[in-house]
Parts: sequence; structure tokens; C-alpha cells
Amino acid sequence: MRNAKNVILSVLLFIGSIALWEAVVRGFDIPPFILPPPSQVGLALWRGFASGLYLQHLGHTLIETMLGFVVGSALGLVLGTLVALSRPVEFFLYPYIVMFQSLPKVALAPLIVVWFGLGLTSKVINAALIAFFPLLVNTMVGLRSADEERVSLMRSLAASERQIFWMLRLPNALPFVMAGLDVAMIFALIGAIVAEFVGAQKGLGMLIQSMNFNMDVSGQFSILLILSVVGLLLNRGVMVIRKRVLFWDPSEKERSEQERVSA
Amino acid sequence: MATEAISVQSLSKLYTTRDGGVAALERISFSVDEGEFVAVVGPSGCGKSTLLKILSGLLAPTAGSASLRGTPIVGPRRDIGVVFQAPVLFPWRTVLDNVLLPIDVQGLGRDRFMGAAMDLLALVGLREFERRYPWELSGGMQQRVAITRALIHDPAMLLMDEPFGALDAMTREHMNIELQRIWTERKKTVFFITHSIPEAVFLADRVLVMTPRPGRIVDDLRIELARPRTLDLMTTPEFGEYTRHIRGLFNVKGGLDA
Repeated sequence: MRNAKNVILSVLLFIGSIALWEAVVRGFDIPPFILPPPSQVGLALWRGFASGLYLQHLGHTLIETMLGFVVGSALGLVLGTLVALSRPVEFFLYPYIVMFQSLPKVALAPLIVVWFGLGLTSKVINAALIAFFPLLVNTMVGLRSADEERVSLMRSLAASERQIFWMLRLPNALPFVMAGLDVAMIFALIGAIVAEFVGAQKGLGMLIQSMNFNMDVSGQFSILLILSVVGLLLNRGVMVIRKRVLFWDPSEKERSEQERVSA
Repeated sequence: MATEAISVQSLSKLYTTRDGGVAALERISFSVDEGEFVAVVGPSGCGKSTLLKILSGLLAPTAGSASLRGTPIVGPRRDIGVVFQAPVLFPWRTVLDNVLLPIDVQGLGRDRFMGAAMDLLALVGLREFERRYPWELSGGMQQRVAITRALIHDPAMLLMDEPFGALDAMTREHMNIELQRIWTERKKTVFFITHSIPEAVFLADRVLVMTPRPGRIVDDLRIELARPRTLDLMTTPEFGEYTRHIRGLFNVKGGLDA
């Protein structure tokens, strides 16, 4: 697909849709507090970065997201391992985990802000809470999905349960864990932004909220743009790590082959 | 008089199912001498895999006793090497790391076995493949890695459960020649399970013939064919005599229509 003609076509398509947007807003006289023209969004983006305002808030949101991601996925990994390895832990804990999982976690954000304040802590906790579940579930499933024949092989070598865990179950679970991290990264960003909506002094979510009060719609658009780029980059980052860790995974090879075919 | 590598006495295994029990093995007795190549042949469901699982310590028998080299089997043990039908390699380990898995598990220290690993890989024709990953190898090559892995800790005995069953006919013949060569060079006791009559006759000193429901040994046949055996041997009348005899046993017992 990636030949010169198609690249030019896709650039033209992008420019065309931006131009159409601009023309529609101007032609139909749509007020900028309903739908701003792309020129104004671009202007807001430029002003925001030039004044240093966006960078400062972006940095704050990124820190919340990354901390939440690390804390949430580490907890998910540890707890998922415990549930997978210990029947009692599973028996006593799993019903609550399932109950908690079916709850829309963003609904907890107001409570968490009340408990942990307007600062960094409440955002990190909210991000971690949402990032936690994909890791928990995937680690659990991954550790339990070790091929029966491979387990038999380890047993025939008189391997201990501990050795079976470290040499077989854990590497075998890695593709699942990486898929969990993929999702957790984006979830952490959502968690941080939602908590900022509820109450914060800094961050892109808080900025969107205050722009909303001031009817600064082009500002909001410019931040949405930033957020989608940030989400994309974070996701790509996890994918790069995943390719390095899972060089041996057949599904990973299929995936990269598919990407090569569709690229 | 050679020592007994495997000794099995009136061994039975009963699987309990919803509608009662199924006798996978019923009072089986036999012994294998040290250094002997013994093949077990029988149709699927005759209990031969169950027998191998008991010998490798993965499964406990319902009754009877089995011992390896004079000591009763109570669980998996480290003086045997097992080869399964599938290569069962770990995709995240290189060929060399897969071969060294038993060394890692048994904590024997890789350094001391590095030379042995390279020698064995050369023996099975996989020199220069030690840094490759399993998915880069063909099915026959993967199974050769599995055989190397079973030999690395220099076990006195190899237990093989239809190791070439998943390979195509030509690779299979080639692997039979290879295995015979490895066996002549290393002089291990080999206990080899297969559902192919020609494969059993070609490889073994002795063939145990099993029939299903209940799993029983119906014949213990000594194969008096000179070694090294070649593929041409398979077309000789003597070879045909052995295979016809074994096939006849299945027809009488109705084992083959299962």
C-alpha cells in the first residue's frame, strides 16, 4: 500500500478534509463556541505551546499517567500471579475482584478525589485502579495457559513447582502480560484525565474543564488533539517493548507480517 | 547375564470413568536388559502411552510394580531421558538452551555440559543451528533437538513415546536411520513406543505387541536381523515375515479395526 501515489493521495485527503471543515464553518457561519474552524484550533495549539502553558500541564498529566500505569500494572501482575498460583487466594479474593471489575471504574473518581485530595495522589490512584484489571486478568490467564505437554516434560525432568513457574509458566504468560500492558497504558491515561475532570489544580484534563467553563472550544479541540497524539505515542512505546520481549511468539510474528502486508 | 534396566511385574492401570472403570493396562509383565532396544507396538488406545507415563514416573499404577535399574519407580527421576510425540520445545529458548534445559532444571552447571551439548548436536546433524530458535527449524530438526535434550544429562535409558509419529514418511525413515546410529554410538537402553509395525521391527532388538481393552502384551518377539539395518532391509522376506506375524496377531485379536 505504501507507494508514492498513495502517500500523496492520503496527504491530499487530509488537507482536503481540513479545508472542507474550514469552508463549512465559514460558509454556514457556525459560531466558534459550537465548532471552531481548524485555523483557530491551530492557533490555540500554537499559543498554548508558545506560552509554555500546555507543556507544563502535559508534563503533569504524563507523570500521573506513567505513575498510575506502573503502580497499577505492578499490582495487577503480583495479584494475578497470587490468584493463579494459590487456590485459597483465588477462592477468597476472586469474587470481589469480579464484582469490582464489572463496576465502571470512572464512577469511583469523585470518591477518590474526596479521599486523596486535589493533588497528584488521587490522579495516580485513579489511573492505577483502571490500569490494574487488564494486568490482573491477563496475568492470571497467561500463567494458567501453559501447555500440558510442556508441564509434563518439566515434571519428567523432576522439576520443582518453583522451577516450572520460573522456567515455563512465567515466560509462557509474557504474551498475555504484554497484551495487558498495551491496554493498561491507555486505561491509565483515561484514569488520569477523568480524575482531573473531577478536581485538580494542574493537568490537561483540568485545562479542558476550565476551557469549557470559558467557552474556549478551539482550546479544547487543541487539547483533544494533544491527547490523541499522546495516546498514540504511549501505545507505540508499549508495542516497541513488546516486539523486543516477544520476538519468539508466533502470534507476534503474524502480527508484524500483517502489518508489513497492510503497510 | 545382563542387568535388568526395566522390570515390570503384573502392572495394572485402571482409569475410573462415569460408567465404571477402563483397564488401560491389565497385569503386564516384562523386562528389558541394559543396552537393549525394545519397541512396543500396538494400535491407539492399547495403553502403550499409559505404560510409558508410568515408567517415566508421571503416572502411578493401580496395581503391580515397576522398577528401573533395580529401584522401584516412585516419581520422575533424573537417570532417564524422555522424548514425546511432539518435540515440546520452549520457543523462547534457542536450540542450545532447549538442549540444556535438563541441566538447568537439575542444577548441574552449564559449563560442564557445553561440550557434550555441542557433540550431541553434531551427532544429530544440528551443528551450527545451536543459536537458532525452534520455529526456524523443520519438524524433523525439532524432534532431533528433543532427542538431544533427552540425551544431554547422559541418562542410562531413553523412553520414547511415538517420537516420529508426527513426521512425514520420508523424514520418519531418515530419523529411524539416525536413531539407530545414535543408539549404536551411545549404547543406551531404549524403550520405544510406536504404532508402526515396520518401524518397530526395523529399530528394535525385541518387539512387545500390545492389544487394547484391556491393554495386554500378547507377544514378545526377538528380531534377529543384523545391524546396521538399512532401508533396503525392509523389502527382504525376513523383514516381511516379522511384520506379517505381528499384523496377524492384531487381526486375530481385532485390534486393528479399532
